[in-house]
Amino acid sequence: MTLKAVVNNVAQMPVSKDAVVDIQKLTLTFQTADGPVYALSDVDLTINRGEFVSFIGPSGCGKTTLLRVIADLEKATSGDVSINGVSASEARQNRAYGYVFQAPALLPWRTIERNVTLPLEIMEMTKAERVKRAHDALKLVELNGFEKKFPWQLSGGMQQRASIARALSFDADLLLMDEPFGALDEIVRDHLNEQLLKLWARTNKTVAFVTHSIPEAVYLSSKIVVMSPRPGRIIDVIETRFPKDRTLDIRESPEFLEIAHRVREGLRAGHSYDE
Amino acid sequence: MTSDSASLSVTYAGPSLWIRMMAGTTGPVIVVLLAFVVIWHVAVIYLNAPTQIDRYNRAGQDWTAAQLISDTMMQERPILPAPHQVAQEMYKTIFTVGITSKRSLVYHSWVTLSSTLLGFGMGTFLGILLAVGIVHVITLEKSLMPWVISSQTIPILAIAPMIVVVLGAIGLKGLVPKAIISTYLCFFPVTIGMVKGLRSPDHIQLDLMRTYNASKWQTFWALRWPSAMPFLFASLKVAIAISLVGAIVGELPTGAQAGLGARLLAGSYYGQTIQIWSALFTAAFIAGMMVYGVGRMERRVLERMGARP
Amino acid sequence: MTGKIDKFCLVGAIAALLALIFPLTGADPDTGKMVAFVGDIPGLAVAMALCVIAGAVFTWYGVGNVALASMLLLVVIFGGWQAIVSLDDYGIGGHARVGFWLFILSLWALVWRAIDVLAKYRTLETGKQQAAHLLVPVAFGVWLLFVWQVVTVGFGVPQVLLPPPSMIAERFTGSIPILWADFHQTFIKAVLSGYVMGCGSAFIVAIAVDRVPFLKRGLLPLGNMVSALPIIGVAPIMVMWFGFDWQSKAAVIVIMTFFPMLVNTVTGLNAAGRLEKDLMATYASGYWSTLLRLRLPAALPFIFNALKINSTLALIGAIVAEFFGTPIVGMGFRISTEVGRMNVDMVWAEIALAALAGTAFYGAVALAERKVTSWHPSFRVRR
Repeated sequence: MTLKAVVNNVAQMPVSKDAVVDIQKLTLTFQTADGPVYALSDVDLTINRGEFVSFIGPSGCGKTTLLRVIADLEKATSGDVSINGVSASEARQNRAYGYVFQAPALLPWRTIERNVTLPLEIMEMTKAERVKRAHDALKLVELNGFEKKFPWQLSGGMQQRASIARALSFDADLLLMDEPFGALDEIVRDHLNEQLLKLWARTNKTVAFVTHSIPEAVYLSSKIVVMSPRPGRIIDVIETRFPKDRTLDIRESPEFLEIAHRVREGLRAGHSYDE
Repeated sequence: MTSDSASLSVTYAGPSLWIRMMAGTTGPVIVVLLAFVVIWHVAVIYLNAPTQIDRYNRAGQDWTAAQLISDTMMQERPILPAPHQVAQEMYKTIFTVGITSKRSLVYHSWVTLSSTLLGFGMGTFLGILLAVGIVHVITLEKSLMPWVISSQTIPILAIAPMIVVVLGAIGLKGLVPKAIISTYLCFFPVTIGMVKGLRSPDHIQLDLMRTYNASKWQTFWALRWPSAMPFLFASLKVAIAISLVGAIVGELPTGAQAGLGARLLAGSYYGQTIQIWSALFTAAFIAGMMVYGVGRMERRVLERMGARP
Repeated sequence: MTGKIDKFCLVGAIAALLALIFPLTGADPDTGKMVAFVGDIPGLAVAMALCVIAGAVFTWYGVGNVALASMLLLVVIFGGWQAIVSLDDYGIGGHARVGFWLFILSLWALVWRAIDVLAKYRTLETGKQQAAHLLVPVAFGVWLLFVWQVVTVGFGVPQVLLPPPSMIAERFTGSIPILWADFHQTFIKAVLSGYVMGCGSAFIVAIAVDRVPFLKRGLLPLGNMVSALPIIGVAPIMVMWFGFDWQSKAAVIVIMTFFPMLVNTVTGLNAAGRLEKDLMATYASGYWSTLLRLRLPAALPFIFNALKINSTLALIGAIVAEFFGTPIVGMGFRISTEVGRMNVDMVWAEIALAALAGTAFYGAVALAERKVTSWHPSFRVRR
């Protein structure tokens, strides 16, 4: 199967000629014993090829849910979600994206290499192909040399890198990351952010990235989506103009602080402190 | 724990062997066992003394305390035999008698062991099969699982004599009825353990498989089955112990000719306490060995699966 | 579900249709005539027809909701009732042939679909959901009893091999006095006293051992090992020491229940977290105060675990010990003597009693656990 870009000749919107993810009027409601919970309400969003989009907002704003809808792990109550021009469910069956979870979720009985080859086994690739791809993916996250180690022999940051390698191994153009560095300390997190940026610049993938850290969002993204809870909705979309090969130094620049300020204002406006 | 202290002792001449032993579990266990042997000896004297004094009185014989103590440990049919009597009996019936002889404990052990292992194998297979069904078919889970769980509370062993007699009535004798009892006893813990084990992968791991669009069977072999291994071995340890109990109890009702259960029954008929105790110790030894064997297998498998040592 | 053909209902309809056509019974060997025809048994004929109709309708429209599933279940209940009645009243028992078994197959397919729908029923109303959760296993259990009844009677299985449930129930209700006497001897005298003594002494020993770390390290591995041994084998020795009456059974139970309780209590007493212990230390709380306020409550889940395990072990111990000698009363005694006389229905009645007693005993302990440790995460209602 080809995982190459599908040229979107449907082009519903003029600006989204090269849209990887196109979401229209998305609503998602959970039914619970205490009544319905509006996880997402009337969300419109386009993610273009090569973009790095961050979703930021307080907990309960539906950012993770939104990512899960894109990944077809959650079904929308109403609205349209299309990925590369097909439905989310078809996209999942085409293995159109790699998903990185909050926790590394490495299988503890598999070595790092065999963890990275897990999706490749499921896609029934040959052994030689699997090993080659695992090698390449591990090199991208600078984990070569750790192939034969078991997950528990690696630090938390290295485990999360291995899980990123696993998401990269089958070369999907879209990378969905759900607070991948949320459980790590700030020094490790900075380091991984730098690495992730390099990776993004090198591979030209499209990344959707959920976070609750303002500096992380501003530092990484080309587009920041600010969300607010009850009901979960988008309240602001901010484009940044930092070069792809940015370094940690930009965090002291006035432009950075200005964007961070705008994000914070957005979060404050959308957040009622009643609970 | 022992390897830790061993590596320590390389770097500096650490605490003596004696202290290390007493700080771990080996020392305390040995001490407790020794205490147990002492208590046993005291009990032997206390329990057997009345009959021995009675015997002296009937023979009109004078006796000293030392003589009483040594005689209580040498009775032919004591109320409680002394450890060395049981050891002698075990040595005699295990090593000096030909293993095909009806008086050989090896022979009787093998009779019981064979049905234990057969029942254990069948029970494990059935238990795993049922667990796979329960995990994959929601209707089976909702309808069958409550029964499997509540059947744990039923004294199933009560059914054993009936199975043996009824199957005997239709011509099935010897190994198979006992193995069926063992099967019946061990498939419940295996099912319950495996259902738990096959369900043990967390949401994130199942979601991961879903993002790969993995099929049910791919998820089963790559995720559910390996995750269930620790649970499987935990239930296997319970199952193999209970399987032996099933085989022994299965030998009681028919007045079976062979097997450890038959030895227990014959011993209780004829008041051969030494024979009962040696059969009991043999059964305990076999149980210990089997559980140890499963434990070894567990460690092997989990080591190969990269478990933290 | 609509648009697709419901395969189970299809099987149900076709099997019921064929049941109307194929011979219901074989010939009686004495007279050489067929034992009965469907036409002679209006109830059965109506039941089969109902199955054909219900099966056919649901094949096309699907069993969309719980109301329809309940209707289907009612059809099956009527069919099952007719099947049992005609086995007895029309002398089909032992002579049932293809037609009859096809009808049972039809019922099977339909009941599976009905249970299937009930099992997948999801609602936010807790009352209804709990009712569904209860109904599904009950329906399944009743179905198993039905199959047991129909197969034993239909094939004319010798009663020595496996009596039908109806016969066991008859025997059960007919021998209440004997069963009560056995229950009194085995359960009330032996099991309860042995259980209380075994668990109680183990608890006291555990508290004592807990103060001596050396003993704790020595006893725990041994206690764990002992639980794997066939302790039940001490039964003949106990019978020799304590005589045939309930005292020897209680002694077996004391030995069997002692180690699980000891090991679990000692483990439980160490279950309190480091932080909580430190907290008690900052209050300068003494040994007994800490034991009472922190360590015992934290140990309760473990203690109840042992109490539950022991409730089953105690009953097993008493029954098996009775195989080695007993006065002429008791559940184990009755099982072994009636088996010898080939009164299998009485044995089954006794086993039913044992099952009832075991489940009730376990249930009582579980209920107490729920009351006492309601704070434990395992009892939290999941949302």
